This record gives sequence, structure tokens and C-alpha cells, in this order.
Amino acid sequence: MFANLLKTASAAAIATVATAHMSFAVDLEFYFPVAVGGAAADTIEQLTAEYSEANPDVNITAIYAGSYSDAGQKALTAARGGNPPQLSVLLSTQMFALIDEDVIVPFDDYLSDEEKADWIGGFYPSFMENSQTGGNTYGIPFQRSTPVLYWNKEAFKAAGLDPETAPANWDEMVEMGKALTLKDDSGNVTQWGVRIPSAGFPYWLFQGLSTPAGAILANSDGNKVNFNDPKVVEALEYLVALSKEHGVMQPGSIEWGPTPKAFFEGETAMMWTTTGNLTNVRNNAPFDFGVAMLPAKERRGAPTGGGNFYLFKDSTDEQKDAAVDFVQWITAPEQAATWSIATGYIAPRAEAWETEKMKAYTADFPPALVARDQLEFAVAELSTFENGKVTQAFNDALAAAIAGEMSAKEALDEAQAKAERILKPYQ
Amino acid sequence: METARRQWIYAWLMLSPAMVLLITFTHYPAVQTIVNSFYSTPRGRRKAVWIGLDNYQTLLLDDVFWKVLANNFWYAVWTIPLSIILSLAMALWVNDKLRGRGFLRMAYFTPTVLPLIAVANIWLFFYTPGFGLIDQIRGLFGLPEQNWMGSPDTALYSMIAVAVWKEAGFFMIFYLAALQTIPPSLREAADIEGASRWYYFRRVLFPLLMPTTLFVSINAVINSFRLVDHIFVMTEGGPNNASSLLLFYIYEVAFDYWDTAYAATLTVVMIAVLILLAIGQFFLFDRRVHYK
Repeated sequence: MFANLLKTASAAAIATVATAHMSFAVDLEFYFPVAVGGAAADTIEQLTAEYSEANPDVNITAIYAGSYSDAGQKALTAARGGNPPQLSVLLSTQMFALIDEDVIVPFDDYLSDEEKADWIGGFYPSFMENSQTGGNTYGIPFQRSTPVLYWNKEAFKAAGLDPETAPANWDEMVEMGKALTLKDDSGNVTQWGVRIPSAGFPYWLFQGLSTPAGAILANSDGNKVNFNDPKVVEALEYLVALSKEHGVMQPGSIEWGPTPKAFFEGETAMMWTTTGNLTNVRNNAPFDFGVAMLPAKERRGAPTGGGNFYLFKDSTDEQKDAAVDFVQWITAPEQAATWSIATGYIAPRAEAWETEKMKAYTADFPPALVARDQLEFAVAELSTFENGKVTQAFNDALAAAIAGEMSAKEALDEAQAKAERILKPYQ
Repeated sequence: METARRQWIYAWLMLSPAMVLLITFTHYPAVQTIVNSFYSTPRGRRKAVWIGLDNYQTLLLDDVFWKVLANNFWYAVWTIPLSIILSLAMALWVNDKLRGRGFLRMAYFTPTVLPLIAVANIWLFFYTPGFGLIDQIRGLFGLPEQNWMGSPDTALYSMIAVAVWKEAGFFMIFYLAALQTIPPSLREAADIEGASRWYYFRRVLFPLLMPTTLFVSINAVINSFRLVDHIFVMTEGGPNNASSLLLFYIYEVAFDYWDTAYAATLTVVMIAVLILLAIGQFFLFDRRVHYK
């Protein structure tokens, strides 16, 4: 009798504990950066709120953490201090650095085999190049982009070119650029043919030249680079020649910030920049414009760019499960479509493009499809261990060649030597 | 005996609040920085290990370091005298009785009130090739557009101009305050003696302003290492490190590359340079400064 009573009591106690446990909400912190401004922050907050409403057992706080580099610093500082967010969107190129710091874990451990095949397998492969290494998936593509060519159809018409056709290859870009470069009576340029911004981090758009030339800059283990490949030299010589020889691009290094404005104001007839600017250009260009894939040389090609979700190590298993669930939700077709339409970032899975929302959007605004179609030719953004230093060595070489301080070959040989020194401990 | 000991306790008690703050936030980090410069950078997967002078060897072979050091030298050589001369000239002018003096003083002081980041954004617009203010003005005279921040020849000087513009107004305030304390009788006496304006300035005004000049020049030297905010906004040190300065490079190494040990090494060098400069200034200048 007494034993029975005890059993009942303990069963009740266990039940209470269990229900109490059920009602314990999981707290999640999630850092996100905003690189191009506009609707991105609002959309993330709106999506997070929607998720919280549907999942009352998860308290998710989305924290705006500044630019990409600010967010990276904040997340790493927090992780070193033992208080990291459970989840963060950071540059896909930071993967090796985060592994090296031992602050992230692969998603694989928190997924079933089926999920691994269906979910991970459903992302565009070119986005996964920057998200996987050594057979593990460390990043889930979210805020991803790729550079494309925007052109001013009115300027093309005025120059006697077909306003519906963008340059398909390097030679055409030079030819059209020459037709589009206008000078006033005193010989000063009033409209440049093309603008490829190079200040700060020239390597990204440069990959839009080195990839078509047939070069891959780094291996997938992140410990070897290929900076002085003759094809890379060829690509850099072409970039330099655009200003020096053909006179179709403003000489010197070119700022990113004013690039869309230069396009809107007719300072340049074509510009290369991220698809993340698509919505901005659509809203602000006072003329009819077109969007095209980057011109081809040996092949078509471009880098991918932008941010991935990372799962931080220092958190409980419940938190990690909840975090993975949230990432699965926000990359699901409906949510990915909302995000992509609001920002211009590329929805990272083919399914999202099949939603009604997305179909209606692309029917109304076909340029949105260009970036997605370019993914077929896209490769990983330059990323290695000691990424900051290695990329800086490469950036310095590009800048030196653009400024005319060194020949392309000299500059790239020097960058290769520096990078090899830096990467030695990782080989 | 007893009183002497009590006095000691008093002294320590009075000193301790300031000392605790100084030690925690100044001395301890400085010592830690020196210690860190002898270790490797800790990564999550590898602990820091003692590597002796390896970081200093890297430093000697690091061509970017030598470049930013040279840049910093030129940055100092231009900003210090330019901002001092300009501020003195402005102070002399707005010290005279002239119409709209209040407005002029305010106009000169405005750059100081603005945060350097805001200043940088304004100048970013001035320098932008093509449709920037400077190029629009050059365009009126038929001059070609010039990529001020994008060319290695002009990038550093563009940064220097911003720093001088920002600093001169601040130093002007000190000169103005010093000028107000100089009795007008000196001027009258000089006039009676038939001294020219230039002679009066050279032999009377300038020597009397010497303590202010010392103070301002020490500030200018410190600022030439400290004022780097605009570089973040305007050039990020580029192109090819042409406009990078020592403090900016330290930040880059520490927070972009996360090589904290090497950043500590660079910091040690910077502190050493600053200490040498401060000592030099006090010894060199102090002899020529007449305090009243």
C-alpha cells in the first residue's frame, strides 16, 4: 500500500518535472550582419518573430551586429569570452578561421542521414563550396550573392549599341566600353564604359575575371593558393589594361560605396557589383537597365559571396537542436523567397524558386533570375586558413598592379610567396 | 614613530583609488602586451607558446610594417607643423577686432566638434572622382578628374589634409586663449618703439606663446599616431597600404587577422616610439619655453 503510494507520488513528481521541462523555453541568440542596408534587418526581424510565434518553446533573439567584419569580431570576441551566440550569420570565407579558433561545430551531428541527403543536398552546389570542408558541413548558405553586370540601356542606345545585349566576353566588353566612353570638348571623360570597384577588397570582383580565365585561387582544404598561375596573371593584366590601354575604366582604385550612384548619375554605363544591390538599383535607377552574367573568357565564371549560418560550439544540445530547426525553417522555400525578394540575395535552394511568390516576382522582374542562372558557373569565394592575412597579401598585389607600381606578374609572385609563408603551418 | 606610520597609511589610502584604476587599465595591460609579444597567438586548437623574439623577427621582415612606419613618419611630418601654423594664423586673425568675429571663430572650431567619422564622410564626398566637390570645381577650369583616394601617390596626402582640417580648429582655441592673456601694453610699447608687426610677433608674441606651442605640439605628435578613424571610412589603408598608419595596421592585425601576439608586438613598438618622442620633446623644448 505504502509502496504503491510512493510509486504514484514519484510518478506524479516525474510528470511534473517533465511538464515543467516542456514549458522551459530554449533561449537562442542569433547575430546577423547587414552589408547592403535597406530591408535586410527588418526582414530578418519579421521572420524571427514569425518563427517565435509558431514555436512558443523557443525564445529567439535576433541581434543586429553591424557590418560583416563587425559581426565577425563580435561573435569571435564573445566566443573567446565564453559567451557566444548559439547561431550567427557570418561571412562564408570565415569558415576556416572559425574552425581554427575551435568555436563552431558542423551541422552534420544534429541532422539525420535523411536530412543530410535532402536538406544539405538541396542547396546550390556552388554555395556549398564555401560551406563544407573535410567532409563536414560547417555553414548553411543564407545571405548569399554573386556579382553581376548591370548596364544602362539608354546609354547603350545613345552609343549606337543594341540596348538589349550586354557584352558576352572580354573582347566585347572592351569594344562596347570604347563606344560607351564619352569625352567633353577638353578631352575629359564624362561617361566611363565600365566600373569594377576595387578599393578595400579587390579580390572578390577580380575572381569574376580569374575564374573565366580558368583559374581557381585556393584549394578546398584552405591551405594552398594559386596566386601566380599564368591565368591569374592574364586576368590581372586585362583588368589593368581596361584603364591603362583601352581607357574604358577610371584609373586607380575605385570605391565600392559610390558605385551605384555613379551608375545612376550616368558616370558609368556598365558596373560590376553584387546582386545584393538589385533592389536598390531597381528602385533608384532613373533609366531602363539590364542585368547580365559576367562576361566570359575561356568559360563563364564568377565567385559567390556573402554569409552563412554557423552553429557555435559553446551551447547545450537543446539549444543546438533548436538552432538547427530554426535554420531549416528560415531556409525553407516560403521564407527563403520572402528574404530573397526583399533583399536581392539569391534564394539558396532550387525549391524556393518554384514558390508562387517567387514565380510572380521573377515574372515581373526577370533580372532576378540572372544571378541564380550564373550559379551554375560560380566557384567558391577566396577563403583559406589565416584568411585575413592571405587575402590581404592578394589584395595588396592587385592594388599594386592597378596603381601601376608593379607588373601583374611581379605583384602576384610576391603575393604567392607571402601566402605560402603564412600557410606553411597548415600544410 | 606612531604618527609617521599613520601618515604612511594615509598616503596609501589617498593614492589607492587612482592607483587601482591606473594599474588595472594602464599598467597591467601594458605589461601584458609586452609579455604577449613573446608568445605565439593562441588559437582555439593551439595554446600560446613561448617563442622568444620570433614576433620581433617577423616584424623586421614585414614590409607592410616598414611601409606603415614610413607613412606614419610622413603623416607626422606634414600634420604637426601644418596644423600648428594654420591654427596660430587663424587665432591671430580672429583675435583682432573684426566684423563677424564670433561667426568666424565658430566656423574654425566646427571641424573639432564634428566626430572624425562624420568628417571622413564629408571628405569622402569632396574627394570622390567625377562628381565629388573637388572634381566639380576642377571641372569648371577644364581640369581632368583625379582619383585622390584611389592613387598611391595622393592617398596619404588626402588623409593628411583631413587630419589638418580637423585638428587646426582645436589648437586654435588654445592659441586664442593664450593670446587673450597677453597684456595689450606690450603691443603699445612695441608700437611706441617703432617695432614692425612681424618683429613684434617674432620677438614678443611668439616667445610668450611658447608654453602653448609646447602643449599643442605634444598633442599634435600624439594625434599623428592616434587619429586614424577617417582611414577606416575613406581608404581602409589602401591602395596597397599607401595610406595605412601604424595604429590602423595594429587594428587590422588584431581584429581582422586575429593575430593578437603580432599585434602586441606592433603595439610595443608604437609605445616605444611614443615614449621616445615625448622624452625628446620635453628635453628639447623645455629649455626654450619661458613660463611666467
